[in-house]
Amino acid sequence: MSFLMIVRIAYRALARNKMRAALTMLGVIIGVGSVIAMVSIGQGAQASVQAQISSFGTNLLFVSAGAQNVGGVRSGTGDSGTNTLTEDDLQAIQREVPSVSALSPMINSRSQLVVGNQNWNTSIQGVSEQLPAIRKWTIDSGEFFTDADVRSAARVIVVGQTIVDNLFYGTDPVGQYIRVMELPFRVVGVLGRKGQDAQGRDQDDIAFAPYTTVQKKLLGTTRIQVAYVSAISSDATYTAQLQITDLLRQRHKLSGGQPDDFTVRNMSDVAEAANETNSIMTWLLGSIAGVSLLVGGIGIMNIMLVSVTERTREIGIRMAIGARSSAVRTQFLIESIVLSLTGGIIGIILGIIASLVIPKVLGWPTLVSTAAIVGSVVFSAAVGIFFGYYPARKAAALDPIDALRYE
Amino acid sequence: MAAILEQPVAEPTDELKVRKTTEPRTVIELDHIHKTYTMGDVEVHALRGVSLTIKEGEFVAIMGASGSGKSTTMNIIGCLDRPTRGTYILDGQDVSEMTKDERADVRSQKLGFVFQGFNLLSRTSAMENVELPMLYAGLDTQERHKRASEALTAVGLAGREQNHPNQLSGGQQQRVAIARALVNHPALILADEPTGNLDSRTSIEVMEIFQRLNREQGITLVLVTHETDIAEYAKRVVVFKDGKIKKDSVVEHSRDAAEELRNLPAVEEDDDDDE
Repeated sequence: MSFLMIVRIAYRALARNKMRAALTMLGVIIGVGSVIAMVSIGQGAQASVQAQISSFGTNLLFVSAGAQNVGGVRSGTGDSGTNTLTEDDLQAIQREVPSVSALSPMINSRSQLVVGNQNWNTSIQGVSEQLPAIRKWTIDSGEFFTDADVRSAARVIVVGQTIVDNLFYGTDPVGQYIRVMELPFRVVGVLGRKGQDAQGRDQDDIAFAPYTTVQKKLLGTTRIQVAYVSAISSDATYTAQLQITDLLRQRHKLSGGQPDDFTVRNMSDVAEAANETNSIMTWLLGSIAGVSLLVGGIGIMNIMLVSVTERTREIGIRMAIGARSSAVRTQFLIESIVLSLTGGIIGIILGIIASLVIPKVLGWPTLVSTAAIVGSVVFSAAVGIFFGYYPARKAAALDPIDALRYE
Repeated sequence: MAAILEQPVAEPTDELKVRKTTEPRTVIELDHIHKTYTMGDVEVHALRGVSLTIKEGEFVAIMGASGSGKSTTMNIIGCLDRPTRGTYILDGQDVSEMTKDERADVRSQKLGFVFQGFNLLSRTSAMENVELPMLYAGLDTQERHKRASEALTAVGLAGREQNHPNQLSGGQQQRVAIARALVNHPALILADEPTGNLDSRTSIEVMEIFQRLNREQGITLVLVTHETDIAEYAKRVVVFKDGKIKKDSVVEHSRDAAEELRNLPAVEEDDDDDE
């Protein structure tokens, strides 16, 4: 008898018990659906980080105090008491490295901005006047602070659009004052709107002040944690990285065997580190979901075993009217594969729907992965075969006489 | 009824000789069949040398008390079980040494079963139940539908094709089972206590179908029963006792189910619609 006939028989047998078939499939539906949703969340995070990194521009370098070893043991970006990056170091880089076109320290301070009776918590970044050129900020009105403001540690501030929306309600803030930690800062400029980044974070919720001001007036420190450096071109990035490293080693008087006490990273280093983190997350999410798929498979086996016992008489009838053992085995195997594969396909559809809904509801980016879909189909078919084989063999091994007599 | 018991026992081997000269084909030839079961340490001799020949077109009732060996014989005739010793030739084929799969194929092609408990697939239409043996025999859809409709019509169930077993009375279910046994044009239909679960009127109706199939289509029938009055519808009765054939006799005046039905008070056609 043909394979197609057995498929037809298996379908009819499943159709006779639709409720049970649906419940059995549920395990696989949830398993496959969550694998796809989880993997797409992981992949989405990865893609958005990639997009963000590439939006920084390929000629961007980070110089930070302390050593960092990507993928290795040592890790730290300079805020753990290290004081190995000084203002003199940065000035020397700008003066002596020809492949560097612009440089700005970056000191982050989270503070409350107060205007009248309104206040707004945001990140005030202490930078130099060169930042707009490095990070491609435009100025909407007013102007960015100047070299003189940096040198004199003037209490001036440049604000992003979100701050304007929340503290000034559409009026022009240039010339007005914002109080930060009870100190008045004069608004000298408003940044152009950048909108959300790839991860859905508001890039306009930011304010810039001279780094000297942030150091002295807000944080009371002389430490510099990180600096942005622009190479003159993308091609010059690697050269700039080497030259900065050489210069800083020389200035810090490090001999051949001593490790760097600072870190110079380019965007591809950052991308690599971010990728690593994200792929760990993707695997973690995926394998948790995979466990539920496995549980779904065991559910199928459970139901198929119950089904073989419950349908002993049916198996006896089939054998008596001429079904070979192999036909019975194939029928049960196909029933199990149909359950898991149908569950898998429904799971894929639900997983894709979840991947489309999650960004809207939770604001997380997702990216539906073809590999996850193909993998889920293959895996759910394998679940059907693996967990269906034992019950199917049990059914085929029944003796028709006993099976017919079974009550 | 008593007429059967008064018949002389015909020696099976003699009968074989006599019938060899006449025309009808031999459908079943059991030759010194033994069947021994081992239950724990005890050997149970279910059959102790059974020889039986059944020709095409016969209607044989097998009788006997429980433990007489009639069920074992029925299982062996039905190729559900193999004899421990002896040969069994079914429709010219030696099936006594066949493998499980070969016997499954023989059941598919040469045998039709009717059981006491009907044994229809639940939640499956009468049509699909009747089609089932043809699915296993590998017939195409058109042929299956055609033959299934014909078989259901032959047992008087035209118009009931889409009913599920739970929508049919016991008698109707048994008729579906008979239709299912018929569709592959078997050499032999085996009925195991087919009227055991039916009331007397429905039993007569079922026997009427068997008699009609036997008379009009020449279908060979073997009927296992412990009810003497049911056995009287057959043309020949074989009585088992202690694993041997005790008596093998021809029924001189078989009961005629069709005539009995005509003489019964009429019943509303649809009273057995639902249970």
